[in-house]
Amino acid sequence: MATTDLAPAQVELSARRDTVVNDLSIQVATVNGSGSQSSNMVLLRALFQMGIPISGKNLFPSNIEGLPTWFTIRASKHDWIARRKETDFLVAMNPETAEEDVRGLESGAACLYDEKLDLKRFRDDLIFYPVPFDKLVAPVCPDAKLRKLVRNMIYVGAVARLLEIDMGEIENALRKQFKKKVKAADLNFKAVLAGYEFAEKNLEKKDRFQVQRMNANEGKILIEGNAAAALGCMFAGVTVVTWYPITPSSSLCETLITYMKRYRMDPETGKATFAIVQAEDELAAIGMVMGAGWAGARAMTSTAGPGISLMAEFVGLGYYAEVPAVIFDIQRVGPSTGLPTRTAQGDVLSTALLSHGDTKHPLLFPSSVDECYSMALDAFDLAEELQTPVFVMSDLDLGMNFWMSEPFKYPDGPPKRGKVLGAEDLDRLGGFLRYRDVDGDGVGYRTLPGTAHPGAGYFTRGSGHDERAIYSEKADVYVNNMDRLAHKFDTAKRLVPGPVIEENGHGIGIIAYGTSHWAVMECRDQLAHEFGVETDYCRIRAFPFADEVAAFVRRHRRVYVVEQNRDGQLGALLRLTLSAEEISRLRNVLHYDGLPIDARSVTDAIMTQEVGN
Amino acid sequence: MATTTTLPPKKVNRIGLEQAAYKGNKSTLCAGCGHNAISERIIEAFYEMGVEPHRVAKLSGIGCSSKSPAYFLRSTHGFNAVHGRMPSVATGTLLANRSLIAIGVSGDGDTASIGIGQFVHLMRRNLPLIYIIEDNGCYGLTKGQFSATADKGSVLKNGVVNDLPPIDTCALAIQLGATYVARSFSGDKKQLLALLQGAIGHRGTAMLDVISPCVTFNDHLGSTKSYGYVKDHDAPVGDITFVPFFDDITVDYDEGTTTNVTLHDGSRILLKKLDRDYDPTDKSEALRVLTQSHDRGEVVTGLFYVNTEQPNFIDLLNVVDQPLATLPLARVRPPQSALEEVMESLR
Repeated sequence: MATTDLAPAQVELSARRDTVVNDLSIQVATVNGSGSQSSNMVLLRALFQMGIPISGKNLFPSNIEGLPTWFTIRASKHDWIARRKETDFLVAMNPETAEEDVRGLESGAACLYDEKLDLKRFRDDLIFYPVPFDKLVAPVCPDAKLRKLVRNMIYVGAVARLLEIDMGEIENALRKQFKKKVKAADLNFKAVLAGYEFAEKNLEKKDRFQVQRMNANEGKILIEGNAAAALGCMFAGVTVVTWYPITPSSSLCETLITYMKRYRMDPETGKATFAIVQAEDELAAIGMVMGAGWAGARAMTSTAGPGISLMAEFVGLGYYAEVPAVIFDIQRVGPSTGLPTRTAQGDVLSTALLSHGDTKHPLLFPSSVDECYSMALDAFDLAEELQTPVFVMSDLDLGMNFWMSEPFKYPDGPPKRGKVLGAEDLDRLGGFLRYRDVDGDGVGYRTLPGTAHPGAGYFTRGSGHDERAIYSEKADVYVNNMDRLAHKFDTAKRLVPGPVIEENGHGIGIIAYGTSHWAVMECRDQLAHEFGVETDYCRIRAFPFADEVAAFVRRHRRVYVVEQNRDGQLGALLRLTLSAEEISRLRNVLHYDGLPIDARSVTDAIMTQEVGN
Repeated sequence: MATTTTLPPKKVNRIGLEQAAYKGNKSTLCAGCGHNAISERIIEAFYEMGVEPHRVAKLSGIGCSSKSPAYFLRSTHGFNAVHGRMPSVATGTLLANRSLIAIGVSGDGDTASIGIGQFVHLMRRNLPLIYIIEDNGCYGLTKGQFSATADKGSVLKNGVVNDLPPIDTCALAIQLGATYVARSFSGDKKQLLALLQGAIGHRGTAMLDVISPCVTFNDHLGSTKSYGYVKDHDAPVGDITFVPFFDDITVDYDEGTTTNVTLHDGSRILLKKLDRDYDPTDKSEALRVLTQSHDRGEVVTGLFYVNTEQPNFIDLLNVVDQPLATLPLARVRPPQSALEEVMESLR
């Protein structure tokens, strides 16, 4: 591993006066299906291994081959890892988008491009680095069929040379990328070297950007949110997983399958301690979760907005019949098919209240890959403690992109399996009433099918039922049951992860959640340094909202609620719970173009409203 | 146990339970509803097989049929799910606890209309589930609209004629992979009981389409799912006798006139052949008989197809023998070293 040969902790980041060190964003524009993902991951990982804080975001089309795709890499010594709007260094490989890509650059930016695209003609205020890709790839890769895939490695070498990325780390990253495929790794590295050598001989460094080794990533891991969530599920002891493929959620269950096959096979029998089923649709996926949760398994499914819509009826049953379930929503842009490969926080309101009748469900909002992992663990505990469906509201940006993280912590206690009575309990108690609020927290006791006791059985139904689970249409029975469910939701408020509040007595507050967090952190720095506007921050981690959220609103004159949807969905949920006076303090900051939210957009939106105040 | 009681000994089954232990709550369906007769046969079948009620899980969708699990096996866990989606709930239940004997009750609307998607996938998975369609060809609970099993030309009480051909759930189930497929009639006590007992002994999808006349909306002259029609047109493919695995009685049939199928639990089904040489292990023969009798306007009943070789879905998934739901923590949470190994691979 490369971490052993890192430079000493304190690195003097000095260079030419106008040189910008470890603070840049690279954008690579390619054609989908051209193998550029490997090249981009090599660049990203090499920078990561150089100890520089990074983020990489794949902006890809809903397509297997042929449509344009962009990959953005941000390296920031300040640890800002939200998407940056501006590109400092463009790698233009896609003829179809090249002109637009070049025209969109800020003056002074660099553009490395395929020579035959002749991009110089579009701008005279950029730094251009033409590279004859076809000429360079031919001698490296005699097999013409492979050239398309190897070609993109040439820009890795050229960019490495121009930005001074450590070639040792490039090779480490490349060999990690290709794992045991040594021949493929050798071939690709030859292409990297060809690019490097071409740049060394032919390209004069004229842009201001440069990277240097830092020591910010010691011990850290690089992982996608979906893989992190999968790990959380495995260590939570999930036993039944049912799913239906949908972007951007599929990789969660697919990664889970890989991990489970490796770590969850019974050593004695070679059999699985889990069942994973690809269902015929999301209706079946959630139905299977309902059956499994009812029968006592830790059961989950993972989907995206369209799947959530299909699950609505079953989730209402889960709420009313009180069946534990864990549902991951890796949000993408809707409505309908929408922009299926772009990110959003657009399912918040509909999922919080999913289904017909009076329903509401706990939602968890992970901001980081670490929280994808820990909230997966939390979600199973909450679902069983509360006997209700619980949603983990991730998004495409978090789920499908690679993020740095401290390593995940092993769960420190046994899972909380909730109130389940066994045969011995029933002997002692002489019986039980399924939906009676014995403990005053709104949560009854349940038994599992198969419990060897004549008093264990009860009839689970979505129709009106009394404390004994017997069919009833009586008005007072219905109202008492619904009021108990509301009371149970108050209990949820105490059990879900609370908000993270950073407060210094400033008059202006910001509320955000999920991936908006990273843009908000950077935005607060911009507001303070560029405009002298200091802010406090409340990062919401779950619905129902803890009481601290309302208290935070009350302590601030104006509170900006930042989110990635058009209508301010979390703001709307806040408005359902806050007083009229508290509501008057709320302002919306909304970002909904499908691209991951960036700090500059948030800063601009807040300042526009602040100027009016 | 004291033996000096003066009361006559109550009849009990092989595990010492009276039939009353298998009863359910009072039915709220119409008097004379075929579904109630089916519930009675289910009670008898579980009683006679000596199945402990707690080992059973009852599942259903929505509709008149789906209310009926409340009317048998009172002490057994039951789950009345959403319309047309019982198969997925049953699947999840069995994934969580493979030791359960699951019985799902559905209707013709719940199966062949809204639920056809989940039905076909259930059949192709060969999930070890007893799947009963209480088939009256109409939607009783919403006052008698046609369902997708209504025969072409059958007439509603209000005169509406059904123009569309019916879905034959038995033919579909056989084609898709169910391994115990039968049709019966709620009024045929002997045949239905034997088929249900066979289904309990089978460890794959046992699909029973039981014609069950709707006395309120579909028991008139124009209906092909009325008591009168089925009685007149019933053409059994065999005279079925069920021999439970714990019963050592020998049934004596002439060589060559019976088919003898041994089920997973050791029980046997003896099919006395009637007018034709019917072999219930022959898939294409089963489909041929269904198609031909349909063309003749007959309601063929009996066990059409049985296959005890095909592995069921739970076996295919290679899950451990114990219920997944209650595996101890040590078996479902990998050790800390596993997490550390994964973390190292991500650096």
